[in-house]
Amino acid sequence: MQIRPIIAALRRHKAGTVLIALQIALTLAIVCNALFMIRQRAAKLSEPVGIDTRDLFVVKNEWVGQPHDIDALMRADIAALRQLPQVVDAYATDSEPLGGNGWDSGILHSADQRRETSHAAQYFDDDHTIGVLGLHLIAGRNFRSDEVVPLDPQSPTEPPVTIITRALALRMFPDGHALGKTIYFGPGTKPSTVIGILDHLHTPYTIASSDSFSDQSALMPLRLLANHSDYVVRAKPGQLSDAMKAARNSLFALNNARVIDPETGVIDYGTLRATAYARDRGMVELMASICVVLLAVTAAGIVGLTSFWVGQRRRQIGVRRALGAKQSDILTYFLTENFLISIAGVVLGTVFALALNLWMVASYAQDHLPLIFVCIGAVILLLLGQGAVLAPALRASRVPPVVATRSV
Amino acid sequence: MFSYYFDLALRSLKRNRVLTALMIVAIALGIGASMTMLTVLHVLTGNPLPGKSQTLFYPQIDPRDMADYEAGEEPPRQVTWIDGMNLLREKRADRQALMTGGAVPVQPTQSALDPFFSDARYTTAEFFPMFDTPFRFGHGWTAADDEARARVVVITNELNNKLYSGKDSTGQTLRMKDTAFRIIGVLGDWRPNPHFYDLNMGDYSGVESVFMPLSTSRDLHLPLNGSRNCWGRGGADEAHFENASCVWLQFWAQINDPAKVAGYRDFLEHYSQEQKTLGRFQRPANVRLPSLMEWLDINKVVPSDVRLQTWLALGFLLVCLVNTVGLMLAKFLRRSGELGVRRALGASRRAVFGQLLMESAVIGLAGGAGGLLLAFVGLWLVRRQPSDYAELAHMDVAMLAATVVAAVVSTLFAGLLPAWRACQITPALQLKSQ
Repeated sequence: MQIRPIIAALRRHKAGTVLIALQIALTLAIVCNALFMIRQRAAKLSEPVGIDTRDLFVVKNEWVGQPHDIDALMRADIAALRQLPQVVDAYATDSEPLGGNGWDSGILHSADQRRETSHAAQYFDDDHTIGVLGLHLIAGRNFRSDEVVPLDPQSPTEPPVTIITRALALRMFPDGHALGKTIYFGPGTKPSTVIGILDHLHTPYTIASSDSFSDQSALMPLRLLANHSDYVVRAKPGQLSDAMKAARNSLFALNNARVIDPETGVIDYGTLRATAYARDRGMVELMASICVVLLAVTAAGIVGLTSFWVGQRRRQIGVRRALGAKQSDILTYFLTENFLISIAGVVLGTVFALALNLWMVASYAQDHLPLIFVCIGAVILLLLGQGAVLAPALRASRVPPVVATRSV
Repeated sequence: MFSYYFDLALRSLKRNRVLTALMIVAIALGIGASMTMLTVLHVLTGNPLPGKSQTLFYPQIDPRDMADYEAGEEPPRQVTWIDGMNLLREKRADRQALMTGGAVPVQPTQSALDPFFSDARYTTAEFFPMFDTPFRFGHGWTAADDEARARVVVITNELNNKLYSGKDSTGQTLRMKDTAFRIIGVLGDWRPNPHFYDLNMGDYSGVESVFMPLSTSRDLHLPLNGSRNCWGRGGADEAHFENASCVWLQFWAQINDPAKVAGYRDFLEHYSQEQKTLGRFQRPANVRLPSLMEWLDINKVVPSDVRLQTWLALGFLLVCLVNTVGLMLAKFLRRSGELGVRRALGASRRAVFGQLLMESAVIGLAGGAGGLLLAFVGLWLVRRQPSDYAELAHMDVAMLAATVVAAVVSTLFAGLLPAWRACQITPALQLKSQ
């Protein structure tokens, strides 16, 4: 295949050639950056949460007025929930993984350290938590029931024992021996001994600013005596919706000086999880649809312009055919022509893509674009170009040689 | 002439339906995506109090100790109780209000309603005139009510509808946290966007349902909501926040005369120095006095995701336009023969150019109409997203007009090059080749 005649022909169609190349370049710049963002958000959507969300639900309870003995009320609530026939087990906490709100703190090696060593979400829990959430304890032991004590919200959190995730353990003790060591939940607090390591446990947060410690959590055997608490309940398999109804009714039967929002007060974990990731999912869907439509528009543009060229060159094609060119020669001619334009577009597009990424790094704190995404984008666009040009090129190859002899 | 060109354009567009449809769809997609995001951006960057915002200021002073001191650092974004009260008492601005957020358990007397928690704003009397809040019934409270810790409350129209089915409830008693309050006012429709007076509650959250004097809320130890930052010995429980070294209140000042703004800044400076002499402040005086709109900028209220998506949509429009330029070029040049005949029959280059631009404009109009439709769909999709600004994403008349104008102008622009190229045709050559 000779390239020189193709380039010579393209010189006569400068405007069209430049436009297709430019369109390919712009599309590449946007698509590979969008693919990169999709990859990042999708990674977040599939990050380990550590819990078994099936048959799990949360009751968000708030006391009305100022109860004297929140501890007794909470214990009564939990006892009532555990006795329900549809329920396996339950525990009280202030927050739950992916729930949105919670406590987090700098984690220290010593009480007088000024800068935190790492950061973690703090969960208020009891000895039932691991069972209810379905967590995997990979080392050490669970809390004993006698270790669980009530905590006034104004007091510092300094449990004598704690269970932490593997990610947090490795950040605090890179040598891998965290079990039995002590950590501090903030300056001036008493030490907490690590008695167990969890495989995974996600923080309550899914916002971007908390991504750096998404799998760093600590369980504390403390019952937080706050006006608001969440009860996390595991229903028996297949009895989730019955259990959710029964839970609300039994709690109100026990004591009605409380608020459980009729719509969002009792929420199953599937919904809770979907809500937590909805924004990221929305971004992925938006980016993906923009990419698809953009590629479609570019393909349509290539089809349109190539069809025009084929129409314009019918006579020349006829002459070539009459002079002995085979159908495949004509087909290859148009495919090669598109390939050359696409290559130019891809080269220009790589520059655009990197420039766009640099601008986004500076203005929107995005990460640097790995070159692999540019390569993927380039391959997609080259294939798209060849695919788009195929139909007009086939039509061109079917132009009969006799056209050359006719005057219009 | 105009209608003749219009007729020609329609005929020509009908001739290549697929190509025409392609161009219109491309323009519609680009315009639809861009206008969806620009509308969202337009709503989010709006002025919460048009006509009033330039007179509202958010004083910042720095009461912290020397730990972690860095020169030139931004002062805290809220004030302590003591400073807030001092600034309030000095009355150096035309109006001022001190406030914080909270949540109160509402106990409706109607037996059909269970008790529920309602967002509340604890503030001082001038909140209402300062922010020009509309009243459906009644009025706000007075400074005397603030002083007396009066059990009075202003509720929103929404809560009034829920509790009293929209009837005038002023004078009625509302029970909250086992205390009887007298309703003295019902707000009309008021939803400033962003929720500028306390951005800790969510940048675009709606207004609280219940407003009551700050002094009353402290007297009754009502639960607080919002952000608090403490230093030094810091943290105290909520009941003793008055003396804690924590910032947890917002202070707003209204200064009508722009010439007096510098004077108010001097006052803050003096106040800081005076407090330092007294030993309460330790840092060198560090005051700022951003206006309302500056305050929104400082807080980066507009989500960066939205800005990013807007750029993405504009990039998309650019590709669609380049695409249209290419297709139009093909379309116009294909008609070289026809144009050659027109030129040979005496049409000037200018007339041909005008005729071709008319064709672009028709495509632009059709694309704009499609884009408008897609923008409505896009905004509907945005409203289904779980963000606090979702419900605000609505098209207004200005954006509607802008959509159509943007479509026509950008398509005309895209038509310039192809039309110019088509005009360069030499009539003789075209006629000969026929």
